[in-house]
Amino acid sequence: MTIPQLLVHDPKDNVGVVVVEGLEAGTDMLCVVTHDNSDFRLTAKAAVPIGHKVALRDLKAGDTVIKYGQDIGRIVADVGRGEHVHVHNLKTKRW
Amino acid sequence: MSTGKKIWAYRRENGRVGIRNHVAILPVDDISNAACVAVANNIQGTLALPHAYGRLQFGADLDLHFRTMIGTGANPNVAACVVIGIEPGWTQKIVDGIAATGKPVAGFWIEGNGDIATVAAASRKAKEFVHYATEQVRVPCDLEELWIAAKCGESDTTTGLASCPTVGNMYDKLVPAGLYGCFGETSELTGAEHLAAARAATPEVRAKFMKTWQAYQDDVIEAHKTSDLSDSQPTKGNIAGGLTTIEEKALGNLEKIGKKISFIDVLEPAEAPARGPGLYFMDTSSAAAECCTLQAAAGYVLHIFPTGQGNVIGNPIMPVIKVTGNPRTVRLMSEHVDVDVSGVVRREMTIDQAGDALIDMIMRTANGRHTAAEALGHQEFVMTKLYRSA
Repeated sequence: MTIPQLLVHDPKDNVGVVVVEGLEAGTDMLCVVTHDNSDFRLTAKAAVPIGHKVALRDLKAGDTVIKYGQDIGRIVADVGRGEHVHVHNLKTKRW
Repeated sequence: MSTGKKIWAYRRENGRVGIRNHVAILPVDDISNAACVAVANNIQGTLALPHAYGRLQFGADLDLHFRTMIGTGANPNVAACVVIGIEPGWTQKIVDGIAATGKPVAGFWIEGNGDIATVAAASRKAKEFVHYATEQVRVPCDLEELWIAAKCGESDTTTGLASCPTVGNMYDKLVPAGLYGCFGETSELTGAEHLAAARAATPEVRAKFMKTWQAYQDDVIEAHKTSDLSDSQPTKGNIAGGLTTIEEKALGNLEKIGKKISFIDVLEPAEAPARGPGLYFMDTSSAAAECCTLQAAAGYVLHIFPTGQGNVIGNPIMPVIKVTGNPRTVRLMSEHVDVDVSGVVRREMTIDQAGDALIDMIMRTANGRHTAAEALGHQEFVMTKLYRSA
């Protein structure tokens, strides 16, 4: 079986996790939703490191990021589909 | 319903099952560390457990100190225990607590004797205990007689995808068979506290959990924070691994408790579970060594530690099995990895298969296989302190 580059926990999620090392910008990623083993493809817009998140759709400042089907924080700077989501554009709603 | 799986382990005087056979040399207080280390140097096969506390503590903090000391000596992985303190009062209190298990234990104190005479007397007793311990033999025990705790560390996004669900799958299989399980990390459930609360077995346990979690927010976080904690929770290592927020970290963390089981009680730090077999939540720090030390003091004999970026934690009396699903960590830090579940993120291994691989390693470790942390000499013994001493 082909090894996926991106895993998504839940069909409701708007981010996925890179699970391979050395991902290059422009890669046509095989993305698998672990909840139901469905898959889709998405082009990585940046060289996102293993373990880091990629936006599955365009996200605007103020949007809620969903992972595990749950709220994990809010977007504080716009992110395009296929771009890196991390501390530079996502903040906790807690603390 | 028993799994029918058998392990070779030590049946202690109180009926509990241990998987290691230590003769512990336990200091009551910081100033007795030197004497304990000297005894351990004199007598081969003993284990000194130096730590930083035990003087001028009071109230709940002192209660926790005694609970941790007594629980450590009482742990079934300890065959016999020598206790050394500066004075006889608190020393005897700890000796009496450990003696309730029926195992050999003896106390010594330094005031009026000095280090040299104390070390001499304690060494003679420790030698006697080594002979006792080394004549204990492993006997067949049921796998689910083990008490197995879990805590994750140096987490990243692979923790929630692979290693924590692996632990959860193991608990889903073994807890219904009669295992005692334990998870903790009060601060690290922030963002998933509603989901954790929903896994409480009864409304009473749920209320107790939320009270504990809220107390941590109010008394520790709100009382002491100087920032939004984004540099501590998640940690720098978590952030390097791709975790961004505490909510995201907590959701991955909670994967450790599986999908099918509920937790049946909320324990104070180092409190022994008392409601029979099942999963327990313990109010602990999320720092690995503190959490492991508290769980061992509560009587847990084996620990499962899912890690993403590669934590190296061990415990002196409770073997710590490391599980990782991060292929990079497997590549760079293989000497710390006991169970490699990186096949899960490659979709080459199911969570069910990963859970079975973990259960296999639990049985091998229970039978005597040393964990990576044991082979590498990791013996982090760190007491939790609630507030400043008097």
